[in-house]
Amino acid sequence: MPTYNLKVNGEKQVVEAESDTPLLWALRDNLDLVGTKFGCGIGQCGACTVHIDGTATRSCLLPVSALEDKEITTIEGLSENGSHPVQQAWKEVDVPQCGYCQAGQIMTASAFLETNPKPTEEEIKIAMNGNICRCSAYNRIQRAVAIASEKIG
Amino acid sequence: MAPIKNISRRGFIKGIGLASGGLVLASSAYSFSNFGSKEEDILEFNPNLFVQLNSNGSLILVASRSEMGQGVRTSLTSVIADEMEADWDKVIVKQATGDAKYGNQNTDGSRSVRTLFETMRKMGATVKAVLITAAAKSWKVPESECIAKNHFIIHSSGKKIGFGDLVEIAKEISIPENVILKDPKDFKFIGKKLPSIDVENLSNGSAVFGLDKRVPNMKFAAIKRCSVAFGTVKSVDKTEALKINGVLDVVEVPMLIKAFGPLGGVAVIATNTWAAFKGRDALKIEWNYSKNTSYNSETFMDSITANVHKPGKVEKSIGNIDNAFKKANKTHEATYKLPHLAHAPMEVPNAVVSVKGDICEVWAPIQSPQAARREVANFLETDQSNVTINVTFLGGGFGRKAKPDFIVEATAVSKAINGPVQVVWSREDDIQHSYYHTVSSQFLKGAIDKNGKVTGWLHRFALPTIGSTFTPGRDLPQPWEARSATDVPYDIPNLQIEAGKADAHVRIGWLRSVINIPHGFAINVFADELAHEAGKDPLEFRLNLIGKDRIQETKDAYKYDTSKLKHVLKTAAKNAGYDKQLPEGHAIGLAVHYSFYSHVAAAIEVSVTNGKLTIHKISVVIDCGTAINRDTITAQMEGAAIFGMSLAYYGKITAKDGAIEQSNFHNYQVLRMPNAPKIQVEIVNSNDKPTGVGEPGVPVIAPAIINAIFKATGKRYRTLPLSDHGLV
Repeated sequence: MPTYNLKVNGEKQVVEAESDTPLLWALRDNLDLVGTKFGCGIGQCGACTVHIDGTATRSCLLPVSALEDKEITTIEGLSENGSHPVQQAWKEVDVPQCGYCQAGQIMTASAFLETNPKPTEEEIKIAMNGNICRCSAYNRIQRAVAIASEKIG
Repeated sequence: MAPIKNISRRGFIKGIGLASGGLVLASSAYSFSNFGSKEEDILEFNPNLFVQLNSNGSLILVASRSEMGQGVRTSLTSVIADEMEADWDKVIVKQATGDAKYGNQNTDGSRSVRTLFETMRKMGATVKAVLITAAAKSWKVPESECIAKNHFIIHSSGKKIGFGDLVEIAKEISIPENVILKDPKDFKFIGKKLPSIDVENLSNGSAVFGLDKRVPNMKFAAIKRCSVAFGTVKSVDKTEALKINGVLDVVEVPMLIKAFGPLGGVAVIATNTWAAFKGRDALKIEWNYSKNTSYNSETFMDSITANVHKPGKVEKSIGNIDNAFKKANKTHEATYKLPHLAHAPMEVPNAVVSVKGDICEVWAPIQSPQAARREVANFLETDQSNVTINVTFLGGGFGRKAKPDFIVEATAVSKAINGPVQVVWSREDDIQHSYYHTVSSQFLKGAIDKNGKVTGWLHRFALPTIGSTFTPGRDLPQPWEARSATDVPYDIPNLQIEAGKADAHVRIGWLRSVINIPHGFAINVFADELAHEAGKDPLEFRLNLIGKDRIQETKDAYKYDTSKLKHVLKTAAKNAGYDKQLPEGHAIGLAVHYSFYSHVAAAIEVSVTNGKLTIHKISVVIDCGTAINRDTITAQMEGAAIFGMSLAYYGKITAKDGAIEQSNFHNYQVLRMPNAPKIQVEIVNSNDKPTGVGEPGVPVIAPAIINAIFKATGKRYRTLPLSDHGLV
């Protein structure tokens, strides 16, 4: 199998995988970074969201072969001790129910607030459209993103 | 404040009402090894199965039910901590394995808090009593001069000692015969808002769900199953699959025709999930399709609809329904048709299983760890004591993960390859091989007298029964599946409920709120239709239909209370602004339903503009007796409202020639944030026994939407989903 040099959460990693292996499975099965979740495999649910050079990206569709020289950030690398403002807001609001989708939600929200630190309610809703929460904590996710925005500001 | 009598060990077991009788209090029967006691100098005090107090003050409380987002790890343990007067910051929650000694562990039926509240209170109160005895003994003072407060025992003189410092003495003290439970007004956690004990791990990616479990030498596997339920493998060509880098082996998985038996198929074993998926897709399999190839959703709906348009099996009859229709000033009838649904939890079914000879260890997101243990032991023809079921976090359950078929099949694969394996379902597997929520057709006919009063109510329903999953061929409902129709809370002199035949062609299972989805829908929409026929306001009409305050006679131990039903309905309407002037084109629809022993109402404000529906606000009111964790209950109502919206908007699973036509979230949609309205939740204050929370918020949503659309537009929709009508 070919090998790829990835930079994940600031660390260099060598991954031995087929070229078409989605980043999601390289993270989970090769690097044991299981915080990034599998939900649909077709880019529909957002559970697998990571940052690629700061942009929220679905890792289930992205082959490892396209990712050398990119900065990859997963939920494990978003902050030390869960201290990112988005994570703090998540805890304040007690957002998670089952929690399975929350890594993806948090990665989407944190990248979004980098580009739009003071979003309107409507902008938050649209930004989070790609992330399904089957427990449907949408009211709380929305509130937490707004609180995180205040913390960042 | 009632003392619990006869709390000797045997008596305690009997008295606390754990159905299995398997609860063991003796500390020797249970070990907390590997948990919270790494340091050798820490002493442990294990007064009962659910509590371990360590000499360093840390308190380990056991959650015997599975956590799937309903907050059970927090709510159950907070009840113990409350009665113990423990410091919540010192609590560590340990998840129980599947074991009969815990009593029933099935985490479904909205029953965890309802059935364990008193037990957990007694567990905590017992430990508090022992600690008071221990402190009194060491101080040589009467126990009556000691109280417990925030992890300390305090003497009236002011001296105090920490719980942890009492462990050595407490170990020598026998469990008391009687314990006094707290007065509800003194509750510290119960009835308050306690954040989830797991919120940190659920926000930083470290919580371990089933899919996240890794064990040494673990392989990954994906299984190809027949597209038609209960089809079997005729032949398999594995040549192409084995060429894929990372694929190690291909093995057949047996089908077991039993409720929680695996569907069977062909498993591809690989070094990683991606290779397993690719290998699975490369298999060439010829199938023996079963008789279920005849299953087509459209023709099936026609056939069960024909069955409700003729007399069925009478489930309940009061008065004389035929006379009521003859004498009526007006009759009205309607037929409602609802499709199959799939649970689609965000985490797909999966399991890690390691079989070594007769010994088997499982790590899985399972709602029913005891059923899993039983089924795995049966499959391996070994004793249950050789099987350990470790319960991980569940990435959603909704009833799907109450069926351990996915664990049994992983056991089969592990046995075949003689090593540990994680079987991963793809989303397509999940949508196409579920235990589906039933499809239904329902016919209702009402008689109205000249005063607009309802004098007759006929409700016929036909739907494949969950009983068919346990007894293949069964085509009439089980008694409990009729109850949400027969227990209709309306004060009507002539009432008849009938069940029509419906056979099953896929596996039928329970999905969040189960039979209450179709029954709650038909009953609530039809009542709204009758209000219109009678020329009455829907709220006033409904309150009159429920009638005078009474405790409704039912076959259940809990009785429902029509005054509570009316109260939640009136409150929901008030909170929604039912009496107020709404913006142009807006209307509020109502629904009220009793399920899982809770009374719930929803008032939903909608508008329809250019043929498109918008939901502006949902007001939900629940009376669930004593509220344990108000924030959790609110979250469950919020989630249930959106779950109900998802099924109303998009929920539809269909079959063509026996194969499910939907496959993933693009064609089995669920609601996303832009469509999520503000949800306002009110919890009725009550000191009654706690009742269900996880499910009863669902059944009221879809009918309230339908009733609101009618009020806004004059159009009555009798089938779901609304996407079929172009409304969303």
